[in-house]
Amino acid sequence: MSKSNFSRRGVLKTGAIAGAGLALPTYLRADAHTGFTNAPGDSEVILGFNVPQTGPYADEGLDELRAYQLAVEHLNGGGDGGMLNTFSSKELDGTGILGREVKYVTGDTQTKSDAARASARSMIEKDGAIMITGGSSSGVAVAVQALCQEAGVIFMAGLTHSNDTTGKDKRANGFRHFFNSYMSGAALAPVLAANYGTDRKAYHLTADYNWGYTTEEAVKSSTEALGWETVSAVKTPLTQTDFSSYIAPVLNSGADVLVLNHYGGNMVNSLTNAVQFGLRDAEVNGKNFEIIVPLYSRLMAKGAGANVKGIFGSTNWHWSLQDEGSKAFVQSFGTKYGFPPSQAAHTTYVQTLLYADAVTRAGSFNPCAVAEALEGFEFDGLGNGKTLYRADDHQCFKDVLVVKGKENPENEFDLLEIVEVTPVDQVTYEPDHPQFAGGSLGTCNPGA
Amino acid sequence: MFGLEKKDLRLLLIVVALVVLAPFILNPFPVGSDLAQFNAGYPDLMQRFVIFGIFAIGFNILFGLTGYLSFGHAAFLGVGSYAAVWMFKLLSMNVLPAIFLAVVIAGIFSLAIGYIALRRSGIYFSILTLAFAQMMFAIAYSDLIGNFLRTSITGGETGLQPKVSDPRILDAVVSSGQTPTAGLFGVEMRDSYVWNLGDWVFTFNFGYYFAGLIMVISFYLSIRIFRSPFGMMLRAIKSNQTRMSYTGLNAKPYTLAAFVISGMYAGLAGGLLVAMDTQAGAERMFWTASGEVVLMTILGGAGTLIGPVLGAGFIKYFENIISKINSTILHQWFAWLPDGLEDFIVAVIYPFVGKGWHLTLGLVFMLVVIFLPGGLVQGGQKFAGLFRRKKSKDAKDGATTPAE
Amino acid sequence: MDQIILQILNGLDKGSAYALIALGLTLIFGTLGVVNFAHGALFMMGAFCAVTVSKLLTLSHQVVDETRTDFLGNPMQVNVPYVYDWFGENFGNALIDWAVPVSILFAIPIMIAIGFIMERGLIKHFYKRPHADQILVTFGLAIVMQEIIKYFYGANPIPTPAPDVFRGSFDFGVAFGFDPNAIIYPYWRLVYFFFSVTVIGGVFAFLQFTTFGMVVRAGMADRETVGLLGINIDKRFTVMFGIAAAVAGLAGVMYVPINPPNYHMGMDFLVLSFVVVVVGGMGSLPGAVAAGFLLGILESFASMGAVIEVLPGINQIIIYLVAIIILLTRPRGLMGRKGVMEE
Repeated sequence: MSKSNFSRRGVLKTGAIAGAGLALPTYLRADAHTGFTNAPGDSEVILGFNVPQTGPYADEGLDELRAYQLAVEHLNGGGDGGMLNTFSSKELDGTGILGREVKYVTGDTQTKSDAARASARSMIEKDGAIMITGGSSSGVAVAVQALCQEAGVIFMAGLTHSNDTTGKDKRANGFRHFFNSYMSGAALAPVLAANYGTDRKAYHLTADYNWGYTTEEAVKSSTEALGWETVSAVKTPLTQTDFSSYIAPVLNSGADVLVLNHYGGNMVNSLTNAVQFGLRDAEVNGKNFEIIVPLYSRLMAKGAGANVKGIFGSTNWHWSLQDEGSKAFVQSFGTKYGFPPSQAAHTTYVQTLLYADAVTRAGSFNPCAVAEALEGFEFDGLGNGKTLYRADDHQCFKDVLVVKGKENPENEFDLLEIVEVTPVDQVTYEPDHPQFAGGSLGTCNPGA
Repeated sequence: MFGLEKKDLRLLLIVVALVVLAPFILNPFPVGSDLAQFNAGYPDLMQRFVIFGIFAIGFNILFGLTGYLSFGHAAFLGVGSYAAVWMFKLLSMNVLPAIFLAVVIAGIFSLAIGYIALRRSGIYFSILTLAFAQMMFAIAYSDLIGNFLRTSITGGETGLQPKVSDPRILDAVVSSGQTPTAGLFGVEMRDSYVWNLGDWVFTFNFGYYFAGLIMVISFYLSIRIFRSPFGMMLRAIKSNQTRMSYTGLNAKPYTLAAFVISGMYAGLAGGLLVAMDTQAGAERMFWTASGEVVLMTILGGAGTLIGPVLGAGFIKYFENIISKINSTILHQWFAWLPDGLEDFIVAVIYPFVGKGWHLTLGLVFMLVVIFLPGGLVQGGQKFAGLFRRKKSKDAKDGATTPAE
Repeated sequence: MDQIILQILNGLDKGSAYALIALGLTLIFGTLGVVNFAHGALFMMGAFCAVTVSKLLTLSHQVVDETRTDFLGNPMQVNVPYVYDWFGENFGNALIDWAVPVSILFAIPIMIAIGFIMERGLIKHFYKRPHADQILVTFGLAIVMQEIIKYFYGANPIPTPAPDVFRGSFDFGVAFGFDPNAIIYPYWRLVYFFFSVTVIGGVFAFLQFTTFGMVVRAGMADRETVGLLGINIDKRFTVMFGIAAAVAGLAGVMYVPINPPNYHMGMDFLVLSFVVVVVGGMGSLPGAVAAGFLLGILESFASMGAVIEVLPGINQIIIYLVAIIILLTRPRGLMGRKGVMEE
């Protein structure tokens, strides 16, 4: 009997496999005293893909899962290698991670913190997962990140856009590739000023939760800095499905821009309602009334249909990008699944590669070694240009895309067009920026 | 013994045996094997089995005995969780004060809500409890009171966790960077002993046994309540309240007592949930969570002693095990079949597992209620009837692990 | 003033959805005494009837267009709807444009059929069973229906717009002497309101003025006596179940352009519609309709900026708060009958 905090299933597999006589160099062999949770065996390493598979974000979760499967295939040397060929770090060679074949387990977050944590715990305790990744909302990301910190495994966040994930709630074991509310605001504001002028009055409708607040704050402060005025900011319940009573007063409020700080189903419905109420055709203060959606995803654009046409927003990545990395990814994803990947798929694919690369560079699966390898890591070739994983808050800094709903889409995936690629310098902020204040990374926790 | 009849004592002993031996019973398959997917003997799920068991046992005291169908019991579980986390934040990471406060706070809330809601019966009562619970959910989810007081009480959508910077007046300062963990006088809830036995692995988790002990006590209390004069009175309310009032008895104090007891059970479950996993979120108060405990109780067999526990285990098993089966695993299982047949079988099964686990759950609900009107317990009895000579314990085992 | 008129309009619109769903639910509650947790799913099935019809109308064959390329660099496949081939591009487009109203024609028989099958195949066996069993079986059925829809259509909402002529909004303000833009309201929401009033009126007229309706009303009041008179009330109840399903389905069909439907939209309405039915009073059709409109209007008022400023958060709890107050002051809701679902 041995005492441990978390499952040692990975270790046990080592024993079983070593017994089966698989020959591997001895220095690679993990033993029971590696000093971190779920040290992998000699032949395989298990990653936990924790995505929403039921509930409103299920489709987004499934797209993430496709990207994960593709990443695993590429890491194990299958397929055309995708972004492995364009990645600036050349450590990964298609032989898995540190010579171990990559295996994975999947779970359903249901986009609920409780369920997401239960599912992550089962991956750690039962399946011996060494890294957890995924998720489609900031609440879930924050909850699972905290869990991974406690358990001593690395968390590579999926789609999470709230400032808090790498702000107030940041954790030493958690890493985010996705951009955040602040960056959206900083990237959007100049484009909005250029297109709609600097003399605008904005009306915010904000989903009543964490991500909503940080997005409202970010868009407000960056547009106000360019001369806009905020007329009103109204909170809408997260569980709201019909936004008519919040949309109806907008036209008569004196505002000439409506900012919808909504995501997912909230955004689909509020935008549909806003267009229904004729806001797009209205004229206020002698100007055309405009609508803005700070964070776009392709699935949301698909759900809102023709209503997104001409509406500005920002996005982390888009498949129409023409850099080598993006082209390689779109090529291998499109060949395998028959349609282009979403931004959620891109970010989860990249996160998996970045994790694998960090392990390889560190030469160890120990979360603390991996974290050290990721901190301050600069890379290129994974889309979005030159990227930095900042050590201070574990946030990636890279170019941000400002997009617009396409007027004449050619197919059901061609819904957004890139208006501007905002260079990374313009969206970079100090680690102690007020919108990110109040948290500390702490120190990394290797678990056992 | 313990003031129980022989039959009840036997049932209690069976429950004790099941709780103690769960790490073995739930991990019947060797780790490397294909069927290891069905193993449920890891700490998180075992803890959930017993904690939701407690929740369902408590709910059954109200619903099973009096017939009053509350559709808002998750709210009491929620306030219990929040109370416990606040105890972790302010007082100590020791679970005892946290669980104690969880039970007390849930009791106060259920007294207030029960007092009002019990002025109506039938569906009107159900909707009143539902309305209160939904209001509490909205207040917690948007942290309305917290916003009003310009502070944070429930943490809104993100939920509430203990942080390094919390005061915790009884505890030593946590070293910076490490998250505080819940424990009992120095033993952490997540501490486990792992025993390797050949290819088998059995995990004995402290938190699980702690929660298991509390569940056994809760179960014992529920047997005593069922068999007491008070329990008889509650049954009388269910069968004919009008006749009862003609005999000069006021039913309300009895139903209110049952309501508060079951609310405190819910608070206990809520406190234990955060003791095992120190995060409280508002989703556990949503009406679907209240509906879940109703379903657990009916599925297992309302009004029976063991039924709700079985129902709770059944639903949690689906949520955590079936949802994790993906197409890769299916292909692994059926790899021995010829390719075309393998793909066909996988294509047939795939919609029912992984992302389709809800579908299977819905079908199971329908099948159970159609073919086993008394819930899983009746299924167990039928099963026992087939092997009458065998001990009833086997029947119970069969009922806990039907999916295996 | 203009704000209040605006929110009354909003409330009427929201209320008409609540009232339609609650009307069907109370038919099943009141006539059959069955707690139907699958009623929200029926609403959702109706919505997906519209989605299916619009998908069928845009069903296409692919033509390779060599002049353009897709995202992988292969020649582009352009979709050409079959209706273009059959009816020409103009009429084809008009048909696709009118998909939602057209789907009413399909939804009515489909929903009645679903209702019949549900009642005959499943619910029939649960009349004598406890309410708890009814909840479990209908809840299971609701999940199964949802998952089937999710399997075919995914979890993402599917935009299904209203016909072109009904897009955009109507400026009431100008018509009644207010400033322009003060009171505008979308055409389709007005259509929805009038549609639901028509359906509600139709159901009431059917129950009030036909022999069939008379027997059903008698059966609702006293099932045994009607049975003793030698009338086959069961058959009529099956028909009522079909009608209830059709009403829920129609509410769903017409709701589609207001908010893009997804597979769990029924669950969002389910709890609310139960509250509406009970607040209206068990077994009372006018009660359900009145409660639907009342709660819709109150919800809209509560989300006005001026109200939220005074009572923050009131918009989130108003419905439940009002429900509690009404149930405490009026023991059987607004117009409930004694003895229905009280045990």
